[in-house]
Amino acid sequence: MRKVTIIVMAAVIVLFLASWILKAGAFQGEHDHYIIRGFLVTFAAFLTLAVMSFLYQDNPYYKFAEHLFVGVSAAFWMCMGFWTTIVQNLVPRLSTSLADFFEVPQRAEGLNFFFYTPVILGILLLLRLSRKIGWISRWPLAFIVGTTAGLNFIRYLRSDFIKQISSTFVPLLGRDWEGIGAFFSNLDLSATGQLVMMVSNWVIFLGVFCGLIYFYFSREHKGVFGAGSRVGIWILMITFGASFGYTVMGRISLLVGRITFLFRDWLELI
Amino acid sequence: MRRAIPLTILAVVGTVLIVSVFLPPLENLGEDFTLFFDIIAVFAFFLGGGNLVRIHFNKLWRKRKDWGFSIVTLFGFFFMLVIGLLKIGNPGGIGADPTAEGSWFQETFNYVINPLQSTMYALLAFFVASASYRAFRAKNREATLLLLAAFIILLGRTPFGVMLTAWVPESWSIAQIPNLAVWIMNSPNLAGQRAIIIGIGLGVVSMSLRLILGIERSYLGEDRG
Amino acid sequence: MGKVNLTLLLAAVAIVIIIAIALIFPLERLGQLYSLLLIFGGLVALLLRSIFAKEVDRRIIFLFIFVAVAAPLLFPITFSEKPTAVVKAVFDRVESLPPGSTVLLSFDFDPAMAPEVQPMANAISRHCLKKGHKVIFMSLWATGQALLTQSLTNTILPEFPEKQDGIDYVNIGYKAGNEGVLNVIVSNFEKMFPTDVNSVPLGEIEIFDDIRSCRDLDFIVSFGGGLPGSKEWVLFVGDPGGVDVAAGVAAVVAPQLYPYYPAQLVGILGGVKGAAEYEFSLKETYPDLKDMDTPGLKMMGPQTLAHIVIISFIVIGNIIYFRGRRKEKGQ
Repeated sequence: MRKVTIIVMAAVIVLFLASWILKAGAFQGEHDHYIIRGFLVTFAAFLTLAVMSFLYQDNPYYKFAEHLFVGVSAAFWMCMGFWTTIVQNLVPRLSTSLADFFEVPQRAEGLNFFFYTPVILGILLLLRLSRKIGWISRWPLAFIVGTTAGLNFIRYLRSDFIKQISSTFVPLLGRDWEGIGAFFSNLDLSATGQLVMMVSNWVIFLGVFCGLIYFYFSREHKGVFGAGSRVGIWILMITFGASFGYTVMGRISLLVGRITFLFRDWLELI
Repeated sequence: MRRAIPLTILAVVGTVLIVSVFLPPLENLGEDFTLFFDIIAVFAFFLGGGNLVRIHFNKLWRKRKDWGFSIVTLFGFFFMLVIGLLKIGNPGGIGADPTAEGSWFQETFNYVINPLQSTMYALLAFFVASASYRAFRAKNREATLLLLAAFIILLGRTPFGVMLTAWVPESWSIAQIPNLAVWIMNSPNLAGQRAIIIGIGLGVVSMSLRLILGIERSYLGEDRG
Repeated sequence: MGKVNLTLLLAAVAIVIIIAIALIFPLERLGQLYSLLLIFGGLVALLLRSIFAKEVDRRIIFLFIFVAVAAPLLFPITFSEKPTAVVKAVFDRVESLPPGSTVLLSFDFDPAMAPEVQPMANAISRHCLKKGHKVIFMSLWATGQALLTQSLTNTILPEFPEKQDGIDYVNIGYKAGNEGVLNVIVSNFEKMFPTDVNSVPLGEIEIFDDIRSCRDLDFIVSFGGGLPGSKEWVLFVGDPGGVDVAAGVAAVVAPQLYPYYPAQLVGILGGVKGAAEYEFSLKETYPDLKDMDTPGLKMMGPQTLAHIVIISFIVIGNIIYFRGRRKEKGQ
């Protein structure tokens, strides 16, 4: 091991211990298990800084944090799935004694042996780990894909196609059109004014139409079709710009969250 | 056996779930199939966990590069699994909420998963900033439009944007940056997103139909058994 | 020698100015001032360095963002908010429901979205309980249940000690299966959620006396930012069940939900700004909540400064780009 590595590691250990002692001292009187609480807050801060250290360069502390996260979160989802879905939804339908063991109420309608089907399919899915008979996991996979296809078919058709098309047919003169005289006498550029509303509706109607033209690749984009496609890409660029703006906003918020943790919960600066 | 059975399962399940929307007597069967799906989803979590353990044991066994970190993964995995399945420290016993306050499981979530996951995503703030400095160039008309929209949104969603154009009179209020940001979201953004949604919607519908009819078989893999 | 003297003189003047400012301004204002000087001075230096075509290390850029976020947290700057129509629509809907209405709040997020989404989830939960609505808490994400426990124990329940589990609110927790869960609860709650998180049968929980499925609910708010999330609530519950759904989402997905507003979504709270607007409306409407924790509003200071820094980066980057292009053309 290089000398620098040893010095850094020693510094990290010393800082960790110092933080643990100080935090435990700060929690004394507030919490019954103040030593454990002090350790947990220090460990959370250590993990936060370990991940952030990646910004300098890849290093063993980051790798430690990354590997820990993978293991812990996989087990977290497994345990949650087991307790909330297997124990609460499956067990009472298959066995009264197991339901009593797990202290979950039995089903009023009694047992339902039809529910052995997902157990069998689930076990077949686990056989994917075997090289020899892994192919049998296609059966549960087909069930999963079939359910997704069946569920999505109607819902996407209704909500993402029919309703979206229907919402695009907006009144192009605005909702409160009271005639050309009233329109010109109240003409202004206020955000809630008739002109802005009218422009918005035109942008929505033409924007969706031209956006769809852009996505239509079965015909060459030239002439009127090409012009429509060009308007479509402008609309899409504004859309991506808005998405970029919101993405920046979101990422900054996450950083604010982490720095707040470090400053408030760990260092108690704020 | 390797292809006919999965194709049949898929066709039956998919058809039942579509028909159950139109035929109320089949609604119960549709719900049952969905519940099966939910239960199988948990087995998929188990499969994921099993695969993780296999890969890291392999790495450890063969002493591949960074094998030492596989010990960390395996320790984290088994530690969480044991405290989660045995509900260690849970104040409510076996039937209680697995995430009850005070349980080791919840504490590990609060002090290990929470900081790790949120910091990993928080790093993206730095990379977005770096990309802003190095990559976002107004090279052509389309890129300029993208940047302008992003500028207006970034300013319009902060109090600074309000201050910057507070002097604009009410009769011109669309020129105030926050109002312009709202307009962009409600009009061009809505139109662009809707075009995308309609496109994806049609894609999902046609793919679902291709799957149910057995035309799309890529999920079965390459094997021709 | 002359150069050294000039530097010393400038340093002395700078120290005098700093001391003078320190005597005039209070500590908080001083911190804000120095942070701004540091950031904007740095940006000018960055611009000059870039103009002279010198390489800027990415770690310098990272440092800017860190300071832009950290400084307003240490020396807070607070702003007032004007709720936008999409946020106001959600607030007004919760406000207009008669007390005793049943509202379902789904925590469909993970720690990666929590800093944005948890403040709005807490604010709406607080609003619903304040109005006397019955609240059903659930989650489509395993991590959502753990974050729900955090919200309930740390924020919501300590503020409403009089509210009773099962009567005023209930936590039915997480179920695996994503949209599969929604497909069942749109017609039958008990089939998917036979018990609450503590294994109490749904039949014994008062809130569920009149609630058989999502169709019987008065309002649903999904807090999320991934899949499954608000979009799935619209597709699998809102549209087929005819129930009003609103979304409280991470900023990344908010633009994608606008096509559903207002026909399929009552309103959208997008990112921390949405949370801040909701918190502001809540404080305005309920003066007794003026001391409540408002993480959304507090985050707007760092958010604003970081946005300005990022905009500056884009501008500086483009200045360099156009200078380079002009030079190329000249050659």
